[in-house]
Amino acid sequence: MGFLNVENITMQFGGLRAVDNVSFHVDQGEIVSLIGPNGAGKTTVFNMLTGVYRITGGTMEFLGVKLEGKMPQDIVKLGIARTFQNLRLFSKMRVIENVLVGMHVNTRYSFFGGLFRSAGFRREESRKAVRAVEILKSIGLLKHLNSYAESLPYGEQRKVEIARAMATDAKLLLLDEPAAGMNPAETEELLRFIRQLRDEGYTILLIEHDMNVVMNISDRIYVLDHGRLIADGLPEEIANNRDVVDAYLGGERKKHAED
Amino acid sequence: MKNRRFGSIRENGFLYVFEHFFSAYRGFFFAVCGILLVAVPYMDLNRATLRLVTMIALYSMLGMGLNVLVGYTGQVSLGHAGFYGIGAYACALLQVRLGLSFWPSLALAGVFTALVGLLLGLPTLRLSGTYLSIVTLGFCEVVQMVLKQWESVTFGNYGVRNIPKPELFGYTFNLQNGGFYQIILALAVLTAVGCLAVKNSKTGRAFLAIKNDELAATMMGIRTSRYKILAFVISAFITGIAGGFYSVINNGYIEPTNFVFNISVLIISVVIVGGLGTIRGMVFGAALLLLFPEVFRGLNEWRFVIYGVLLVLMMQFRPQGALGWQSTLPFKLSRRTKRELEARGLSPSRLNEGKGA
Repeated sequence: MGFLNVENITMQFGGLRAVDNVSFHVDQGEIVSLIGPNGAGKTTVFNMLTGVYRITGGTMEFLGVKLEGKMPQDIVKLGIARTFQNLRLFSKMRVIENVLVGMHVNTRYSFFGGLFRSAGFRREESRKAVRAVEILKSIGLLKHLNSYAESLPYGEQRKVEIARAMATDAKLLLLDEPAAGMNPAETEELLRFIRQLRDEGYTILLIEHDMNVVMNISDRIYVLDHGRLIADGLPEEIANNRDVVDAYLGGERKKHAED
Repeated sequence: MKNRRFGSIRENGFLYVFEHFFSAYRGFFFAVCGILLVAVPYMDLNRATLRLVTMIALYSMLGMGLNVLVGYTGQVSLGHAGFYGIGAYACALLQVRLGLSFWPSLALAGVFTALVGLLLGLPTLRLSGTYLSIVTLGFCEVVQMVLKQWESVTFGNYGVRNIPKPELFGYTFNLQNGGFYQIILALAVLTAVGCLAVKNSKTGRAFLAIKNDELAATMMGIRTSRYKILAFVISAFITGIAGGFYSVINNGYIEPTNFVFNISVLIISVVIVGGLGTIRGMVFGAALLLLFPEVFRGLNEWRFVIYGVLLVLMMQFRPQGALGWQSTLPFKLSRRTKRELEARGLSPSRLNEGKGA
């Protein structure tokens, strides 16, 4: 049984095929990157995996459970959490509240438990708050615990998104351009943190533009272009792949001349 | 002078000083407020003033009810006069037609209105913003029509007469003895406590998450449809109870025109002027909007002009409402949580220090 197996998934929007017959797999404990030029369909793949889009073809399996046709909420419960390319924080809520919302799926008390402050409620809220503080400490956001998410600098907001995804108790984290908008020092720190996440047992699927980041951190890389998988392999193989270089830098583009 | 910042929070701001001062002595402040509120009926007020105070408490409660919907989940309803009317008629008719006493009628009125809230919540799931407002406005008109036309049940335009006064162990509650005020004070305090409890639980955080970003909330595993309906149900329940109370304080008489669209507007004004998402704002908004016509009685029709100008200025310069500020107090951790953090070396007293900033 594989960790994440994706076979021939296709996403058709009317006449546009945003993702075309893409297959890939992620093994437990790996850091896998999904790269490609703008509009290659990377974020679409994330939206397919997390149930935002209903895929029009192919199969996706996570820990032996089929993902296609599942509601986003059920997919989170299975252990896949994501961040967004354009920040989608709960901006008027505090940082710790953002993380607590991330724990929603694993909170075991009912509405009435919350209303009447049951013993279960107090136990759960206390457990969650402690875990939230631990997560924020590990990602270096402890000093912002009480701040409202909207007031944080951009790079810190990205970290809140990652913290929120971790809070769901996910096994697989889908990070959509986590280094976007960060300066080199912040990016370096982020890379260290992502490796640390892997060491703690998370598996990571990453979308990234910054080649420096990708080559540095990935165990394996998949390259998308115009919705198709054009290459996959180890970082050094990708760096020397002719098709990849063409896709990024132009080149002859014979492949797409036929389209 | 110190000008440290805890994240986004300036330590020398007026709000910071005010809130921390209030927080430090909150036991004292709550005790004083509590005593004042309880003492109102013994202050030898005249009927008009007593009625005004009662109405302010009633509209605070109505505000809290709508606040669950607008302030927490961000769904705007212009139909709360509908829920208000349903609650009032349910409570009145259960007493007049079935001979039930006030208290069970009040509870049943709340439950019945909550059910209607559930029904209205279902079709509105796919709507948001202006479209949702229009549907709820329509709902208000439908309720109005039903109350007027279904004469065999609601007595139509004649209204429900001879609604008995509430009694408890032989004590009759009325306006003069401050009984009405005591009932609504208890109901409003219960509502406030309940709202705060819900807000600080996973339910309330799910509500706020939906208001902030519905897609992100979905991606956190929140069943947004369920929570949006739940907000409708809670909101309708509170409004229904408030309506039930209203039915008995009106000289034993209610009619459909007590629950017209203007009432919806008044309720939503309370929420917006007071401060979305807060309890203090509901009380303040209700007091302001109900005192306004009394204080400016001399201006006659002109007072609506002033009222309109005030609302526009409010929208322009303080859209979060008069008391709708974001708290500068630290996130409230329970004593138990603090203990457990201490045990793990994550002392909460040190959480705020700008380490490595």
